Amino acid sequence: MKLRRLTKRNHQNSTNNDPCAADLQATLGDQRVHTDSAARHLASTDASIFTGGAAGIVCYPSTTEQVQAIMAVAIKHDRAVLPRGAGSGLSGGAAPLGNPIVVSTTRMNRVLEVDLEDRLAWVQPGVINLDLSKQTSPFGFHFAPDPSSQQVCTIGGNVANNSGGPHCLAYGVTSSHILALEVVLSSGEIVELGGLDSEPTGYDLRGAFVGSEGMFGITTKIAVRLTPNPESVKTLMLSFDTVTDAAATVSAVIASGLVPAAIEMLDRNCVAAVESFVHAGFPTDAAAVLIIEVDGLSAGVSADATKVAEVAQTHGATVRVAANEDERALWWKGRKSAFGAIARVAPDYYLHDTVVPRSKLVEVLEAVYEIAQRYDLTMLNVFHAGDGNLHPLMAYNSRQAGANERVAAASREILELSLAVGGVLSGEHGIGVEKRDFMTDQFTSADLAQQALLRTAFDPFCRLNPGKVLPAAHSCADIATLSAAHADGVWG
Amino acid sequence: MTTPDLTTQDLLRARRTIQDPVLLEFAAEVGSSDPIVMVGGNTQSHLGGVADPNARSLRAPSGIVKYQPDEMTVCVRAATPVSELHAALSEHGQRTSLPDGTNLQGAVSSTVGGVIAVGRSPVTRLKDGHVRDAVLQLRYVAADGALVTAGGPTVKNVSGFDLCRIMVGSLGTLGCIADVILRTRPINRHERWLKMVDADPKAVLNNAKTAAAILWDGTVVWAQLVGHQADIESDQARLPTSSSALPPKLPPFRWSRRPKDLYQIGSEAGRFVAEIGVGVVHCEQPDPQGGKLSANVEALNRRVRDLFDPHRRFNPGRSVELL
Repeated sequence: MKLRRLTKRNHQNSTNNDPCAADLQATLGDQRVHTDSAARHLASTDASIFTGGAAGIVCYPSTTEQVQAIMAVAIKHDRAVLPRGAGSGLSGGAAPLGNPIVVSTTRMNRVLEVDLEDRLAWVQPGVINLDLSKQTSPFGFHFAPDPSSQQVCTIGGNVANNSGGPHCLAYGVTSSHILALEVVLSSGEIVELGGLDSEPTGYDLRGAFVGSEGMFGITTKIAVRLTPNPESVKTLMLSFDTVTDAAATVSAVIASGLVPAAIEMLDRNCVAAVESFVHAGFPTDAAAVLIIEVDGLSAGVSADATKVAEVAQTHGATVRVAANEDERALWWKGRKSAFGAIARVAPDYYLHDTVVPRSKLVEVLEAVYEIAQRYDLTMLNVFHAGDGNLHPLMAYNSRQAGANERVAAASREILELSLAVGGVLSGEHGIGVEKRDFMTDQFTSADLAQQALLRTAFDPFCRLNPGKVLPAAHSCADIATLSAAHADGVWG
Repeated sequence: MTTPDLTTQDLLRARRTIQDPVLLEFAAEVGSSDPIVMVGGNTQSHLGGVADPNARSLRAPSGIVKYQPDEMTVCVRAATPVSELHAALSEHGQRTSLPDGTNLQGAVSSTVGGVIAVGRSPVTRLKDGHVRDAVLQLRYVAADGALVTAGGPTVKNVSGFDLCRIMVGSLGTLGCIADVILRTRPINRHERWLKMVDADPKAVLNNAKTAAAILWDGTVVWAQLVGHQADIESDQARLPTSSSALPPKLPPFRWSRRPKDLYQIGSEAGRFVAEIGVGVVHCEQPDPQGGKLSANVEALNRRVRDLFDPHRRFNPGRSVELL
């Protein structure tokens, strides 16, 4: 197995004199349709290590009608279509296969309506996650999903991936915060899924659509639920002499009947990287650090924070409580900058994403370190411990002989280990092309057949983001353009 | 390797093979040919149309399969009464967000599978969220008789397309639910129901930070406050004069509205109890505006049912459009 580097080969297909491009330009104007190699190159990857993507024409619509017009041209020319947000995904989900028309939502970036009485906002899909909360926070509300990439990722991308984030432990992932979606289907029809009323009629097509990785339709408007800002917040930093004690504390806190807003863990290697990068005040002598945040109303928050501290101290923790909002913000900056800090450790990194039962955290973390040692890899762990969402991060130098192969082999072992203890393939990054071929390790043929039916209901033509999520044997006959694509996945 | 005797590969193989004889027997009972009506607790069988009386009636298996209090998950078979499940969970200070069938309607026999198939949340939705968010994994028998696993056993999961969401609230028309893994939550430390006569429901919503439920019948507001005692008391001090009282009995039909439209409910509703901040209105009659879908969405709904159950085996006569 080896990591693929296929960029040049897949960009050989030219869009010069492409009648599809001409039709798109005639429909949308030259400014919204880019066929140059620079635009196509930028749209050929996401933030994953997958570099086998190949974008066709890149379009920049700003309205639903323009998206619908793009779909009409795609239908006429029998082209695949890939919706794209910020390209911050980590599973290759936005990496195009087979030169599809790429529909970038970056110009669909308006907050259309904020309704504080019904606690919702209508936004276009290209609105940046954090920008919405910045706009609504002065009025006492925010958009709860807070992935680490929230400064750049789009809400449309959050919908496509059913994104999580540290505070999803208490508030739930994106699906819990989406009320309604306006979607352009692969047929060109516009549908509104879900609704603003309490119990919309019909199947929960809104819920089915969230997390469909751009394969069910193109989102053009999103009604998100706004969450009241907590009246009170307490953030605790707990440092431990062993990772085992930290992991045991996570289980003990949950078992004590508390549901904190967030429980995040950083191990020694990660703390060292973060501290030299952000200087957040993390204890570099600790084997592991937990950041636990409780929020809500003042009396309950005080009681919960006290209880968390008591539980942690029984596991040998040194406890600090953020003295003020500035210190709290700095700690979170440290946590969310962890992946950027890795650049100081090695030139390349591969970030894993699996989920294991919380009660298996100790066992799995010990095994993860053993795997890293066996493959001679630098392993850092920074993850959402409260819901068992592991992010083992392997820092390496891809130019070193055999490094890619060692990373791939270690990654496979971690994946299989996670599944073997009762976990799942992905907690928040999605399947994309990265884990598509591992789906048969988690699901049976019957399971995958039912998932394929759901896709077929939305996109009977398999026009949207073909080649992702479902292994080839369970995917409908993707349209002709994909057959030319190299779609071996990240691991080749 | 996770145990001395089994390799990772052994465990992976075992995971992909459903060996539970109860599930296999249920799948055989469902079979792959004739029409079937799934029977739960019959507490909501008046919703979603009338099932074909000629179809074969079938009950799912019942019983708690595996409860992990420190994981805050429980695997339970579909015909288990919710009240029985909650009684077991309460021994560890937990419950689920499923309505337990004993709360407001006087019914005592709602089943886990039935509640999930209907997909209607309890009146405590302000705090407990939607029923669909409590469902982590769901195993069901498909129209061709195959046992299918949707979702996964962990509290967080985005592996593949979300079949759980399409099953919750599907009225059993897409598959026969066999068992389900639910997220559990701690039982409220403190809770109290208050009654406020002639109170402004909007003001109660804005002031009651600990409210799990706010009900209004046009005159009286009831609120359930939950959480830390001091927070509840602070809330109560902000609210109009109140007295302790049980919530009202709910009429049998539900109207779905935007939350802010509740304050304009007129006489057309008859006797009603509205869930303030949520948008559900409990009425004596079915919703005159219910079941309306745009042509495109209706076609998409139909396509889903056609693909999952092409021969209309499951709950013939009933339909999500009629819920």
